[in-house]
Amino acid sequence: MMDPRIRTLRIGVASCGIAAGAEAVQAKLRECAGTIPVIGVGCLGSCYAEPMVEAVLDDGSGILYGNVTPEDVPGILELSDAKRFAPPPQRAAKQLVKVLALAGRIDPTNFDDYTAHGGYEGLKNALGMSPEEVVNEMKLSGLRGRGGGGFPTGNKWSFLAAKKAEEKIIICNADEGDPGAFMDRSLMESVPHQVLEGMLIAAHATGATKLFIYCRAEYPLAIKHLKIAIAQIYEHKLNVLDGRTLEIVIKEGAGAFVCGEETALIASLEGKRGTPRFRPPFPTDSGYNGLPTMINNVETYGNVPLILREGGAEFAKVGTAGSKGTKLFALAGDLKYPGLVEVPMGTTLGEIVFDMGGADRDSVKAVQTGGPSGGCIPAELFDTPVDYDSLRSLGAIMGSGGMIVIGKDRCMVETARYFLDFTHRESCGKCTFCRVGTTRMFETLERIVAGKGVPEDLDFLEDLGKKIKAGSLCGLGQTAPNPVLATLRYFRNEYEAHVLHRRCDALQCNALVELKLAKDKCVKCRQCIRVCPVGAVSDDFVIDAAKCTRCNSCMDSCPKHAITRVTKEN
Amino acid sequence: MDEKFSFLNKVDRDPGNLIKGLQLVQAAEGYVSDDGIRAAAEYFSIPPVEVEGVVSFYAQFKRVKPGRHKISVCDGTACHIKGAAQVLEWMRQELGIDSGETTADGAFSLETVACLGCCSLAPVMSVDGKVYGKLDRKKMVKILKEHAE
Repeated sequence: MMDPRIRTLRIGVASCGIAAGAEAVQAKLRECAGTIPVIGVGCLGSCYAEPMVEAVLDDGSGILYGNVTPEDVPGILELSDAKRFAPPPQRAAKQLVKVLALAGRIDPTNFDDYTAHGGYEGLKNALGMSPEEVVNEMKLSGLRGRGGGGFPTGNKWSFLAAKKAEEKIIICNADEGDPGAFMDRSLMESVPHQVLEGMLIAAHATGATKLFIYCRAEYPLAIKHLKIAIAQIYEHKLNVLDGRTLEIVIKEGAGAFVCGEETALIASLEGKRGTPRFRPPFPTDSGYNGLPTMINNVETYGNVPLILREGGAEFAKVGTAGSKGTKLFALAGDLKYPGLVEVPMGTTLGEIVFDMGGADRDSVKAVQTGGPSGGCIPAELFDTPVDYDSLRSLGAIMGSGGMIVIGKDRCMVETARYFLDFTHRESCGKCTFCRVGTTRMFETLERIVAGKGVPEDLDFLEDLGKKIKAGSLCGLGQTAPNPVLATLRYFRNEYEAHVLHRRCDALQCNALVELKLAKDKCVKCRQCIRVCPVGAVSDDFVIDAAKCTRCNSCMDSCPKHAITRVTKEN
Repeated sequence: MDEKFSFLNKVDRDPGNLIKGLQLVQAAEGYVSDDGIRAAAEYFSIPPVEVEGVVSFYAQFKRVKPGRHKISVCDGTACHIKGAAQVLEWMRQELGIDSGETTADGAFSLETVACLGCCSLAPVMSVDGKVYGKLDRKKMVKILKEHAE
């Protein structure tokens, strides 16, 4: 029987929830819940426990359930104890939820649900102030660009506000392209109105006449929710500001990482190849079709309604001297609780990785911040506070907020190769150093992991990396060498092991590893012989290293764990 | 303009809509053909060479006609470790094509994808959306034969 205290049922149906099977659970809930409303909400941040259901009770409290299957639904309706979910206490204690406050709690497609939770109050406050006052409030808040650059947002707004022009353009950069980053997707899917409210406030403060959202085509749900939200804004005439009627346009990207760079993004928006151009002129002087243009990232706009609601001074109470407010991070990699977290600026890497992410202290080697443009930071430096300036001093960057935890069983040379494989393909080709240089770096790293590196390669990588940074026009080239330079700085010993001793201590680089069968453990069950895709295991249980592709099939299927990866004998 | 591409009328002739227009072409044809490039060039009043430049720049656009059956070999992290490169090598030997190509008879096109989300079954491929796991050469050849008929 259904517990009579249940008032509403919420289910997370953002992309990650759907991938985990939330739609089947939602259908089952609808089928069984009778008259109780079942509301599809956005991301609750705990990706590892999807699909998630929350039963909201008559006293306003909620009970969370995780890893829910359709079979669990009857139990949930009785508020049974099975599958109850509580975030790890350490994670809850360190988290400071401000930007994500409404994510997973409101229906992203319901306008009234947003306004009932303080939505559009920030816009209302802003419209009661002059544009200059709003810009000043932004400056007072100390908010810096969340896309990774960290430029003070209030200053950027003041540049556009100072421009005298008939038409001015505002763009929301939603081309979140780093592998392992999904903060912006979550925000757009879960609270699209919050992002749009930030843009409308910016339009009032700067006198903008047209708003663009440049979103990658791989985010169909985000685009759908934004489109619904824009239609609702038109319906409520919230796009009529100071006597101007603003057009809000969504433009889909077509798959190019470099389009996250602002001048490349503008070129793409104009329908051209997404190549960056020299600055100055800065976009606020000459941007989209030559018009004064300002670009902010999704998360930056997501912060704006809070600032206008609570005031810049209040907002600035959270964070460090140079970095104010909170930051979203997408945790992934070798840790127990991957997902989305929001922390005050200045929280240490260790608190995020160990306390919130549940990573094992003994098995973490490093963390990669800022995706392929960032650098890795070794575990010894995990007491570093996360803010723009501290991370830069370590050779990494804050980036947009992807944080990939790297375990001790990963090879750092291979990790650097993986990132360069990405960036050298994504180089737009305009600057020679980036186009040719990243390719040469990638080839060199391929050689090293294949066991064919020479000691001179290390100096070559370092020298070329510095030159690429200096000789590239945009952020892609200027940061592409970071993963290599940072690993050379902190894990040079691993590079040396590869080039001097032909050894990969993490036993990851196939060319330097072979599979060995320990005869004393073997029970001759022949499982390895059966599974080997290339017939490399002989009838007397010897693995032929020449035939073996190091696919690990035999190792994984061996019931006695008799087969292991070992350093290849030279 | 070729009647076949009259759907371009759904977007404005503003050159800023070129990418949107090409997305429509690809949705209709499955790829962007030479005719598609010429039609977009005419519609948006942009030289064909510039349209070609835009098509080749963005990863989303394909210039090769897809085969009747679409093979996607997973090269995500798990499959990569489990021998995705080996699967691609077998494909090369069996079908004579590399990733991004279509066989001469138009039966198969081959591509690599980042992750099909079935990592526990690695190495994995999908043919026309159906996923086949734990591949070895024998199994792969059998699947190809089933689809070739």
